[in-house]
Amino acid sequence: MQCPKCHANMRTFDRMGVHIEQCDGCRGVFLDYGELEAITRLETQMAPPPPPPPVAPAPAQVHYVQPVQQPGWGAQPQYGHHGYGHRKRHGLSGLFFSS
Amino acid sequence: MNHTVGVDFDLVAGMAALVAADAKPEVLAVRGDVLVVRVADVVLKAHERGTDLAVLTARLRLAGDPRLSELLLPPRSAPAVVRGRVVTAWPVGTPVEQGEPETLPMEQAGRMLAALHEFRRADFAPPVPIAGAQARMERAVRELPDGPGSGVVRRAFDTLEPLPGGDTLIHGDWHLGQLVRRDGYRLIDVDDLGVGDPAWDLARPAALFAAGVLDPRSWSRLLDSYLDAGGTAVRREDPWERLEAPARALVVQMAARALTAAQRDGKPLTEAQEALMDACGRITSEHEPIPRG
Repeated sequence: MQCPKCHANMRTFDRMGVHIEQCDGCRGVFLDYGELEAITRLETQMAPPPPPPPVAPAPAQVHYVQPVQQPGWGAQPQYGHHGYGHRKRHGLSGLFFSS
Repeated sequence: MNHTVGVDFDLVAGMAALVAADAKPEVLAVRGDVLVVRVADVVLKAHERGTDLAVLTARLRLAGDPRLSELLLPPRSAPAVVRGRVVTAWPVGTPVEQGEPETLPMEQAGRMLAALHEFRRADFAPPVPIAGAQARMERAVRELPDGPGSGVVRRAFDTLEPLPGGDTLIHGDWHLGQLVRRDGYRLIDVDDLGVGDPAWDLARPAALFAAGVLDPRSWSRLLDSYLDAGGTAVRREDPWERLEAPARALVVQMAARALTAAQRDGKPLTEAQEALMDACGRITSEHEPIPRG
C-alpha cells in the first residue's frame, strides 16, 4: 500500500503476530483495525513484575529511566516516555494554574 | 478558570479605599464569590462569602510567621471587613508563566513543599487551623449540578473513604497558580492553609499525571525534587501508597468543577477535562463504593 501521508511505498512487517505497515519514506506506521488493541495486549503480557523494595535508597537517576509509577486507574502509557503526545495538554493550564 | 460575572463595584471601591482614598483599582480576577483587586503594589482579595474570620485570621498568622517567610507570602495587614466581606491585603508578586512543561518551576515547587511539610502543629501557638483540602473537594461535589457526566463523578466520589488528617502544615490547595515570584518564589492563597495529610499538596499534579494530562517528566521533576529535599508525604519506593486516595479525590474535585463551569458557561469540556471524566470512569470500575450511613 501507499503511505497516506507522503505516498511512498509501505512495507508489511510481522512483529509477534501483529501486522504493521511501515512507510519507506517517512517511516510512519499504519495499524489495521484491532492491531493497536493487540499491541496493548502484548504490552500487558510483557509487563515486568513490580521491582522488589530496594534495601538501600536508590540513586536519584533511577526515577528518570524507569516508567513512572501510577495508580491502577492511571492513563499513562506504561513504557518509557516515548510517544507521550501532547494530546491532552489542551486545557492543562486551567487545571494546574487555578483552583 | 476566571469567570467574569457582574462585578460589585461598591465592593471594589471599598477594597481600594483600604489602600488609599483616591486609589485606582484594577480588577484582577472574579471567581464565583471571590474578587481580587490590585491597587498600586497591593493585591486585595475579597474571600468567599461565609469565610470564617477567626479561622482566616489564624491562617494569616501562619502566613506572617517569620519562620515561614521564605515559603509563604506574608499578608500586609490583618483582615478587614468591607460591605460584609472578609478582605485581605498582600504584596504584589509575579505569577508563574504558563509556558512549555520544561519552563515550569517544578524543582523549586518540590523543594518549597518539602520545606513547608517540615512544620508541625506543635511548632505554632494554638489555635492552628485544620487544612481545608478535604472540605474543598466535598464542596465541589456538593455544588455539582445534575447533568451529563455528573453521575460518574458522584460515583467516583462514592469510592472515597474519609481521608486521614494529620499534624503537618500543608497549603491545602496547591497548584502552580499558587506560586508567585517576589524575592524568590512564594506561596499565595492561604484559604486552605493548616494541618493535615501532606499528600494533599501533591494530589493535584498527581491526579493530572495519572489522568494523562500532566506529562511524566514534569511529574517526576516535582516528585523527585520533593523527595530529594526530604519531603515526608510519600515514600520514594511506593509514592502511590499514600498518593492514590488524595489524587483520586482531586480527580473528582477537578471533574466536578469542570462540569459545573461547563454547564454554567454553556461550553464543552476541554480535552484535559475530558481526560478527568475518563479517569472518573476508570476509578468507578476499579473501586467499590463505600457504604455511607
